[in-house]
Amino acid sequence: MNEKNINEKNNTSTSLILGRFKNETWVQQMWADPLGKAGIIILVAVILISIIGPIVFPFDSKAGDSVEGVFRPPSSVHWLGTDDMGRDIFRATLTGAQVSLFVGLTASAISIIVGAIVGLLSGYYFGFGSNLSMRVTDFFFVLPVLPLIIVLASIFGQNIYITILVIGLTSWPSTARIVRSQVLSIREYKFIERIKSLGATDFRIIFAHILPNVMPLIYSNTVLVIAGAILAEATLAFLGLGDPVRVSWGTMLHYAFVSGAAGRQAWWYLLPPGIGIVLVVLSFTLTGHTLDKILNPRLRDY
Amino acid sequence: MFKVRYVIKKIGFLFITLFSVLTFNFFLFRILPGDPLRLIARAGNLSSDSIARLNELFGLNQPKWMQYLIYLKNLATGQFGTSITFRRPVIEILQERLLNTAILLTLATIIVVAIGVGAGAIAATRRGSRLDNVFVVTSMVCWSLPTFWAGLILIILLGVSLSFFPIAGISTPGMIYFSSWDRIMDFARHLVLPTITLIIVDMAQFFMITRSALVDVLTTDYIHTAKAKGLSKNRILWKHAFPNALLPIVTATAVYVSLLIGGAIQVETVFSFPGMGKLMYDAVLRRDYPILEASFFIFAVFTILANFISDVIYMIIDPRVKNV
Repeated sequence: MNEKNINEKNNTSTSLILGRFKNETWVQQMWADPLGKAGIIILVAVILISIIGPIVFPFDSKAGDSVEGVFRPPSSVHWLGTDDMGRDIFRATLTGAQVSLFVGLTASAISIIVGAIVGLLSGYYFGFGSNLSMRVTDFFFVLPVLPLIIVLASIFGQNIYITILVIGLTSWPSTARIVRSQVLSIREYKFIERIKSLGATDFRIIFAHILPNVMPLIYSNTVLVIAGAILAEATLAFLGLGDPVRVSWGTMLHYAFVSGAAGRQAWWYLLPPGIGIVLVVLSFTLTGHTLDKILNPRLRDY
Repeated sequence: MFKVRYVIKKIGFLFITLFSVLTFNFFLFRILPGDPLRLIARAGNLSSDSIARLNELFGLNQPKWMQYLIYLKNLATGQFGTSITFRRPVIEILQERLLNTAILLTLATIIVVAIGVGAGAIAATRRGSRLDNVFVVTSMVCWSLPTFWAGLILIILLGVSLSFFPIAGISTPGMIYFSSWDRIMDFARHLVLPTITLIIVDMAQFFMITRSALVDVLTTDYIHTAKAKGLSKNRILWKHAFPNALLPIVTATAVYVSLLIGGAIQVETVFSFPGMGKLMYDAVLRRDYPILEASFFIFAVFTILANFISDVIYMIIDPRVKNV
């Protein structure tokens, strides 16, 4: 039996696990779920707006030239009013969408890759290295997330790439734990034993045979991690640790807060970036939970 | 016998984790960012005389391992150093702030658990109903709210527009109290908005976990048996289903405590509430590293202890542990 045959054999065993979804793709199932549908619609809308918006309504980050132009409520010139520097809030919100999404997506990409690799390796191997990596995971898992990223961001500086790294490298332990527990059960399957007896390398077993079976879990987890990363970026920026040269929803709210927008009743300054965050996070949360329900059918039978 | 061994093992891990946090903290604040003197003095151009003097003062001329031992000794004796902005020992400032945060978080947690578990139980027993859907969607929306933003919106709605509740601090400035009861009531009024903010954002997690755990349990065979025996719905829910659903709820404590501490930092910032969270925020703005280090340490110890307690509770309430 050559390598190709083994591969085909394995594909059948892989699809045994995923077999029940053959008739309906997960996209169709997602669309059939009202919450999933809402999530997808909001998500697509926000992504389109963040791409097209800043092109149609470019944001001018220069401060306005008169004191009268500051903290103006919505008008026909400034659709969502102006901020504490007399800048247009509607245009700032559109630009801010890009930064928030960019940080959320890249940070969670780092987090998922690190988490998946740690989970795969520590679940597949036994022994000292595996135990040690789980101890490290547990250690980072019990540290309070926000204080940790605050400390790291204030030590390493305020820059969008540092924010991405800090969020990405602190949010992987939950992924690692989930992946690991799944790998622990998959490695006991008969087909893994068979492939091993046919001489497949560990690398091949892990990435060609175990990984495809863990993917459903990783997909839904990724979407939820993105939601968390966007919230983390907004919180960090709100606390004054955002990149000062970039407009994100978090930095907008930071300036709104320190300029006393809440006390001034400047709702037009607080609502747009906040609603932006809530919509994006909500759409990822809805999509993630629905994906989880479809791909990991433990909760399906109710 | 197994349980005793289990607890001893957990205590061992507790100490290892605490020790790791100490070491992590040491590396983070003294080794990674390069020159600790710059952080302490917060100035770039010092004369060589003052550098030598500062080095001696802070023990930086010692080898790193010696600094580490001194650091451990100082922490063991409760010396967290001196705050750069307050010019007072960090430990004194911590003592003042800890109580306020403890009151805020305890109050919020009691209500969060009560509402979260209660609503979760209601939703799970009526799964698929309109009420269940409303609860699920509401909890997802609340979960998506940034805590600080929820606080700001509450300030506009309830604090400024309606002037129902004070929006900052823990006491009314210039107020003269006739009795300690007045003082307590004033403090309580200041607690309302921060507590509501924490409840709105943090209860979703308990709700979702309780709901899904109960849904899992309620579809098992032994619950059908209990139903067939003709037991009342309440009895089945609380006596038969809930004890088993409790396990995932207890496990969720780890994530909850982390969430709660994050919430405290944001809420205390928004409402100028003089607690640990506000202390950390101010320390970040002013780059007051001794305070930042100490407050991170306190928060970390708090989460680690909460995790340890949740592990032990898990062991006590999990009937399967006995049989291992």
